[in-house]
Amino acid sequence: MARIIVVTSGKGGVGKTTTSSAVAMGLAKKGHKTAVIDFDVGLRNLDLIMGCERRVVYDFVNVINGEATLNQALIKDKRCNNLYILPASQTRDKDALTQEGVGKVLDELSKGFKYIICDSPAGIERGANLAMYFADDAFVVTNPEVSSVRDSDRMLGILSSKSRRAEEGKEPIKEYLLLSRYSPERVKLGEMLSVDDVQDILSLHLLGVIPESKSVLNASNSGTPVILDEKSDAGQAYADIVARYLGEDKPHRFIEDKKGLFGKLFRSR
Amino acid sequence: MSLLDYFKSSKPTSASIAKERLQILVAHERASLNQPSYLPKLKQELLQVIQKYFEVNENSISVNMEQDDERETLELNIILPDEETSKKSISTTNKGK
Repeated sequence: MARIIVVTSGKGGVGKTTTSSAVAMGLAKKGHKTAVIDFDVGLRNLDLIMGCERRVVYDFVNVINGEATLNQALIKDKRCNNLYILPASQTRDKDALTQEGVGKVLDELSKGFKYIICDSPAGIERGANLAMYFADDAFVVTNPEVSSVRDSDRMLGILSSKSRRAEEGKEPIKEYLLLSRYSPERVKLGEMLSVDDVQDILSLHLLGVIPESKSVLNASNSGTPVILDEKSDAGQAYADIVARYLGEDKPHRFIEDKKGLFGKLFRSR
Repeated sequence: MSLLDYFKSSKPTSASIAKERLQILVAHERASLNQPSYLPKLKQELLQVIQKYFEVNENSISVNMEQDDERETLELNIILPDEETSKKSISTTNKGK
């Protein structure tokens, strides 16, 4: 049986797809067979971030409609043979996803995979609801910024009431906080909510802090999950996150502003 | 403002303002999410009844449901319009589960 992880946030642009691609690659690199699914029907982008946009033939909706088999639609990653991508449909309307159809695809994937990452679209519409409905774990991606924190809180309410686990009265979805685009310098100056501030409001299990980093844009430019940029701070932050999720004990990094004058002169990338 | 004042100034940082705003907002939104879905309709119907007797508008009536460990409380507040003599306010609280 696979473990199903939803990457969600409510708000757009906080780093859901960046996180999905990095976490999926991280889990696969650790030897776990992993599938990552794009739930953003009509506005797919996971394929682009993963660098497989030119290899898309069939998509999630084709599989649900029986126009292609799951194996035909899954794209095998060229860098890691434990990793498969299921792209969203680009042309069809978003009502193409049905609870029954998504459930079937996840059931079938569960037989062969260890982890299934569901990359949720922004908002609280059908795609987002279905991405979280079957989840066992939720990675709540939040920026230290008022609208993102508010939307995350809203998503937590939905996670606890509108999921399969909630409806069947099972153990609730495990919720983890991933605080992204964090800038310790600005926190120190009182210009940005700190990890503790966000935790005071959301009180979630902190899986990791991803610093604001130029490497994220560089990675998406080239279609490489940022976790593969092992020298970058964001890449290391995601590697830590994957390790912590798998139960390794890794102290948190990137929370304190450690750069002195010397560090500021030679900014890390 | 003197230079000394500048260094002493303890203006709250923008992050602390953000946190305070969020704490208030989130508490409020969590409470309203837990309210039963019939509350808006209840409010509307109550308003229609009260409007038979007083000239009140939607803003002068508030209906709140609160829950603590022991009981649920339905709180109804109606602000009556100013009359020549005095300002009246009806406040009814109905407790029990």
